[in-house]
Amino acid sequence: MSFYVEHQKYRDFDWAGYFRAVTPEQVEKIIRGDKLGLLDFLALLAPAAEKHLEAMAVKAHRLTMQHFGRTVTLYAPLYLSNYCINRCLYCGFSSRNTLPRKQLSPAEVAREAAIIRSGGIQQVLILTGDAPAVATVEYIAACLQVLKRYFPSIGMEVYALSTGGYSRLEAAGVDALTIYQETYNEELYAGLHPQGPKRDFRFRLAAPERAGEAGLRAINIGALLGLDDWRRDAFFTGLHADYLQRRYPAVEVSISLPRIQPQAGGFEPAFPVADRHLVQYLTAFRLFMPRAGITISTRENANLRDHLVRLGVTRLSAGSCTVVGGYGDQTETAGQFAIADHRDVAAVAAAVAALGYQPVFQDWHRLDGPAGEMNRK
Amino acid sequence: MASDQLVIGGRELTCRLFVGTGKYASNEQMGEVLRWSGAQVVTVALRRIDLQAKQDDILRRIPPGVQLLPNTAGARNAAEAVRIARLARAAGCGNWVKIEVIADNKYLLPDGYETVKATATLAAEGFVVLPYISPDLMVARELVAAGAAAVMPLGAPIGSNRGLKTKELLRILIAEIPLPVIVDAGLGKPSHACEAMEMGAAACLVNTAIAGAGDPVGMAGAFAAAVQAGRQAYLAGPDRESELARASSPLTGFLFS
Repeated sequence: MSFYVEHQKYRDFDWAGYFRAVTPEQVEKIIRGDKLGLLDFLALLAPAAEKHLEAMAVKAHRLTMQHFGRTVTLYAPLYLSNYCINRCLYCGFSSRNTLPRKQLSPAEVAREAAIIRSGGIQQVLILTGDAPAVATVEYIAACLQVLKRYFPSIGMEVYALSTGGYSRLEAAGVDALTIYQETYNEELYAGLHPQGPKRDFRFRLAAPERAGEAGLRAINIGALLGLDDWRRDAFFTGLHADYLQRRYPAVEVSISLPRIQPQAGGFEPAFPVADRHLVQYLTAFRLFMPRAGITISTRENANLRDHLVRLGVTRLSAGSCTVVGGYGDQTETAGQFAIADHRDVAAVAAAVAALGYQPVFQDWHRLDGPAGEMNRK
Repeated sequence: MASDQLVIGGRELTCRLFVGTGKYASNEQMGEVLRWSGAQVVTVALRRIDLQAKQDDILRRIPPGVQLLPNTAGARNAAEAVRIARLARAAGCGNWVKIEVIADNKYLLPDGYETVKATATLAAEGFVVLPYISPDLMVARELVAAGAAAVMPLGAPIGSNRGLKTKELLRILIAEIPLPVIVDAGLGKPSHACEAMEMGAAACLVNTAIAGAGDPVGMAGAFAAAVQAGRQAYLAGPDRESELARASSPLTGFLFS
């Protein structure tokens, strides 16, 4: 049993027909209700639900307050390597693009970590391109040995690994995995990924399950919004998150809502996602999975991010740089994607506080540190 | 009432409202709540404590003399709970610990089996262990045998504010368990806490209902008053409920006078 089996159940689903049949009364009843089923969630993604955004937002706000309180966790990305053998049409790191390729040495990782830490960030997300022979699992593990000195919690967003690979990095100090399926449309996926290991749709789709098997504490998934009809990819993301939560109840499941931003190569999204649709997706998901985390990165601008906090966002990146080595060396500008929120960490934290929320810098403390040392006494 | 003290781990407590430190808009607000609630026991998630800081921002706002109760939020099994507890003690957070072992992130229900294992290990190491549990009599009895200092059954799932949904099971625990029974989780209104205390609970722990209130400081005061009123009512011995009316001055009383 894997999520692919669930995914295939909707292979011949009449999306347009279902969306057409959703009525305002149905949407109102779902919003008033206590628990949402999968098709209720889909109904809230329908065009008919757009007129009910305020009611959805009010309930999303209430549920988020109940389960997360007035808190928002802040983190920052740290790009270790931009070597990549994929040719993903939408990505700045594609091997098709001519940009300086770089992979940080342990000393450079330490320098970047120190800069990030000095800004107040305590949770970091490490990223690489897809080049398993260059940014190897052992290279990432070596970086973790450095990073553990700076951060109590480390997440990773790297190429899809085997269960053994995830286990190795979990043992080396990673707590959380972020991996985006990009799009759940299998045919479209094949066209967007013409070359490289990422072309294997099913291997990537099952990556969160392998991470769950390997014992990672938290798994964050998402679709890159703009590649396909957002309503479908939003539904599949919710379906996937719900599947993971049921199969791995101990895992903290969360989603991100990344929209395609300008990047090297000049990819134009075929299905641009409007702000109101981003809000519809966010609030519908919150009503569907009240306890799941929701992340909005600096792909979105400051004004929008500040508004989204009240609607259910629980995690924001802050002071981000998507360039390898970019925290220390600001001369290079070719990142994975363009950043829209250029505020530093203190400014994001101040904005969160001004909204009446507490910026949380630490939400987990790895257990292999002082406790492990105590065990050896 | 002066002699009505709750004793846990050798410490005498006069306030039977315990409070949490999560979900507040700021640590300043949390500190205000702690002061106004009068709570003598405050739980804090070790996962939120900055162990590298000289003085953590949460810990420095806990009033002097208040008993710190680190909790093991985030622990998925007994081994992780034990490690978190040891980490807390090594960090100078004292030897009290609230065991939370939760391997279900949808409902946040505690794992009784793993909780018993963690309690046995930590009690043997000298910790004052207050385990968070579903109100299951058999698990509670195991915890007594494992050396728990109190048991903390839930009234309803964490953060749900649904009140005493487990009332009948709580009643059994209060009657049968020879340890303080502290109702934890799900108490959404002061009246819920008051009812728990009227039933004979030793104390109540409240977080979400205070942190999520429009005026958290005001709500903390309301919970403190409700807990106290419920305790006084319990000690006063409430009259029994009856399905039939019982007039204060019986109409036929003259026949027997």
